[in-house]
Amino acid sequence: MKELTCIVCPRGCSLKIDENMNVTGNFCPRGAKYAVSELTHPMRSLTSSVRVINRENTVVSVKTSGNIPKEKMFELMEHINTLKVQAPVNIGDIVSHNPLGLDVDIIITKKLD
Amino acid sequence: MERVDLLVIGGGSAGMAAALQAKKEGVKDILILEKEDRLGGILNQCIHNGFGLTEFKEELSGPEYLQRFADQVIAEKIPYKLNTMVTNLSKNKVVTYSNSEDGIKQIQAKAVIMATGCYERNAGAIQLAGDRPSGIITAGTAQKYLNIHGYLVGKKIVILGSGDIGLIMARRLTLEGAKVICVSEINPYSAGLNRNIAQCLKDFDIPLYLSRTVSKVIGKNRVEKVVLTAVDQNYNFIPNTDMEIECDTLILSIGLVPYIELLEKIDCPTSSTKGAKVNSLMETEIDGVFACGNCLHVHDVVDFVTDEGRLAGHGAALYINDKFKDENVIKVNPGNNVSYVVPQTVNMDVDENVTFKFRVRKPLINQRLTIKSGENLLFKQVKPVLIPSEMVMISVPLEKLKEAKEEITLSLEDN
Repeated sequence: MKELTCIVCPRGCSLKIDENMNVTGNFCPRGAKYAVSELTHPMRSLTSSVRVINRENTVVSVKTSGNIPKEKMFELMEHINTLKVQAPVNIGDIVSHNPLGLDVDIIITKKLD
Repeated sequence: MERVDLLVIGGGSAGMAAALQAKKEGVKDILILEKEDRLGGILNQCIHNGFGLTEFKEELSGPEYLQRFADQVIAEKIPYKLNTMVTNLSKNKVVTYSNSEDGIKQIQAKAVIMATGCYERNAGAIQLAGDRPSGIITAGTAQKYLNIHGYLVGKKIVILGSGDIGLIMARRLTLEGAKVICVSEINPYSAGLNRNIAQCLKDFDIPLYLSRTVSKVIGKNRVEKVVLTAVDQNYNFIPNTDMEIECDTLILSIGLVPYIELLEKIDCPTSSTKGAKVNSLMETEIDGVFACGNCLHVHDVVDFVTDEGRLAGHGAALYINDKFKDENVIKVNPGNNVSYVVPQTVNMDVDENVTFKFRVRKPLINQRLTIKSGENLLFKQVKPVLIPSEMVMISVPLEKLKEAKEEITLSLEDN
């Protein structure tokens, strides 16, 4: 039996999962899915920012288009910190396609005119 | 003097939702005044995920969430002025504002919605002891530096206070290469959401010290050390528990306070939330002045701010269209273990359900929640877990509410 806090939504359910991957304490099905994933292969979404070259003192926010393995977060951050964009940018614009072969893109999350 | 039906002060989540709702209910002449250079308020710097789960059934970042509303404001052609500071609001709803285009200008509004958000408590608010070097900064300011401008505020960081912004900044700063040494919380429980303790601290092995606070800051020009000392249940320092920690930055995440300077100047009555007292249509005790969002009470989830903005927009639309009723109101009191309840009065002549929002004073388990009017029980529910960091919402059916003949009290008792 292992206890963990669900991070799928702000409700933050206290989950319990046993050796047979039976989950209790979850308010919704996503909690059960999260607990199993957390014990087998933890995944996280990553949000960050990239430099805007034609705007002074400005970065624009980005995120991974899906979840990535938790242990890859720092490696992906190093890659993201090399990225630069030119304004205007829009939500959903792809800044980097399939970095590190993680099957996600780095996409813009903020509109800058 | 120029006139407008509805003036919304603040173009963040609450203000945009309020303006959109009023427009939907037939208010044609609306103006939003926003002090920053874009709509969206604080969400512009909240680049992390987790917004919109109730509103859109998706997990969005702050800027994505706000853009959906900004797009609607533009599509609905609701006028707004950016870089505009409101300097005064009179009791008869004359608003004074200034910006570089209009200079200083006054405008007469039929109704005003306050959606001015909240501000962060700072070092002065907790009488932080010791030196005053550079490197002491609030979490929201550190967030703005990093997420809007791209500057890391320090390399070896101690965070005081376990509010959500502090936790989220602990993760963000760590990912950007800073070393977050620890988070220290004066209370015996965290002020942030459980999920943020899990994904922002545990994921990165950042220790959270409970019942411990900064007793001294040491540093000549820049922060060099902070001393963390354990406190007892009365928040007195416990001797011989000092921990001296070398760091270059102290980030404060020690609470948010509704920003209502404009209302204070006209002596608008406030509640224990430090925001204005409102009725169930979000009208303050100043006739025709409404309030919503974090300037009313500090929320944990933006989706609920949006909802409250809509309610204020609805109230203001009724007011402007002369359909507003507030003659017959019943007072709402926070009872046992409840720190506040919003709204503070219920408009009894309005045929709408009322959602009571409240927080508990301390973490509680297995509680019976009751809403009573005198001895008449209007509502009861069992709550397995309640914590101060999570606002609770209870919707009471209209027919039950109509039974209320005297003051309403919301209380918690051991079940």
